[in-house]
Amino acid sequence: MSDDHHHERPRTPVEDRVDALEALMTEKGLLDPAAIDSVVEYYEHAVGPLNGARVVARAWSDPEYHDRLLADGTSAIAELGFGGPEGDHMVVVENTEQVHNAVVCTLCSCYPWPVLGLPPNWYKNAPYRSRMVREPRVLLAEMGCAVPEGVEIRVWDSSAEIRYLVLPLRPTGSEDLDEGELAALVSRDSMIGVARL
Amino acid sequence: MANVDGVHDLGGLQGFGSVEVEPDEPVFHAGWERRAFRLTIASMIAGHLSGRFRHSIERMDPVWYLESPYYEHWLTATATGLVEAGLISQADLDAVLGVPYPIARPIRAPRLTDPGESRADPRHSVGDRVRVREWHPLGHTRAPRYVQGKLGSIVRSDGAFSLPDVEYHCDVKRDEPTYSVRFDAIELWGEPGDPVHVDLWESYLEGVEP
Repeated sequence: MSDDHHHERPRTPVEDRVDALEALMTEKGLLDPAAIDSVVEYYEHAVGPLNGARVVARAWSDPEYHDRLLADGTSAIAELGFGGPEGDHMVVVENTEQVHNAVVCTLCSCYPWPVLGLPPNWYKNAPYRSRMVREPRVLLAEMGCAVPEGVEIRVWDSSAEIRYLVLPLRPTGSEDLDEGELAALVSRDSMIGVARL
Repeated sequence: MANVDGVHDLGGLQGFGSVEVEPDEPVFHAGWERRAFRLTIASMIAGHLSGRFRHSIERMDPVWYLESPYYEHWLTATATGLVEAGLISQADLDAVLGVPYPIARPIRAPRLTDPGESRADPRHSVGDRVRVREWHPLGHTRAPRYVQGKLGSIVRSDGAFSLPDVEYHCDVKRDEPTYSVRFDAIELWGEPGDPVHVDLWESYLEGVEP
């Protein structure tokens, strides 16, 4: 954005490298602003965890949708209009009274963009990626997500083409809420599996 | 773990400390992150990074990889990919920046001429016991080190996808079946705990007699 070019603090080496690559790509005809700017705008502002929350709320409200979502996540999510890169092959894993699911990508940063948006830094950084497979119960507790003893934690490392969405347990006391009110209860972290509602 | 895979292969590595969650984290933390994202996505859409993107990140110097922010990985992989595609040169980058422009280290794996045969029919079924092949190639792979040599069971069959080990090093793709494989904590870490499921291509797996 333009304000980035006019700040007063010293420029960092990585900013200089962005400038250089951008200038070079422009000079070589490798950048088409008309094509790319709307894509950046979309990922920064139009897509995010509210999409996933709508999927979860629909699954809680509509038993047939719930079953379709678990049987074929990609198609059921597409019913609500969500799909595209990093969401072409979706699997939804359901939390129950006996099972808590949590998702990680130990090799890079695979994440279901169409339903959750772009991933937060902690999801992409070494502590989460290294520890989530080795000591998930300890790590989740550290992150404020205490999973009761007797509930199995199932960790899913999205190391191939599948992207995962966790279907959290519907909170008790939410029986009278409509779909829109339910969606407002669903956090991003509950759909990654690092929070319980 | 006696092997030699890339530093990006972080599963089970120890010593990293707490997960730092930033409340109300923005999508981009600074203008340069948004612009690095933009340059990368533009290059991907145009097909200029053609399947080499992740491997470019993996070839960053290990210390640089661990200490640099995420979108610096993207910026570096995009610059590296455009140089390797012959669309820009290292000399171009150095000239515009005014100092040497750091990119990832060169590809070390040999270029493949034969991708092998694509297959769609899965050899394994849900419930089958499988062992992950012990294999540490110089090139790109998606078989995490922490499951190599370990025994697991198939919990889901996901259909055929392009094998990254071939796609990244060959002009022709090879499709083969993928699975989700469940590993018990005792098998992975030698002590009781919660199970981990890892998605693996068929080439990474060896069947085990029941």
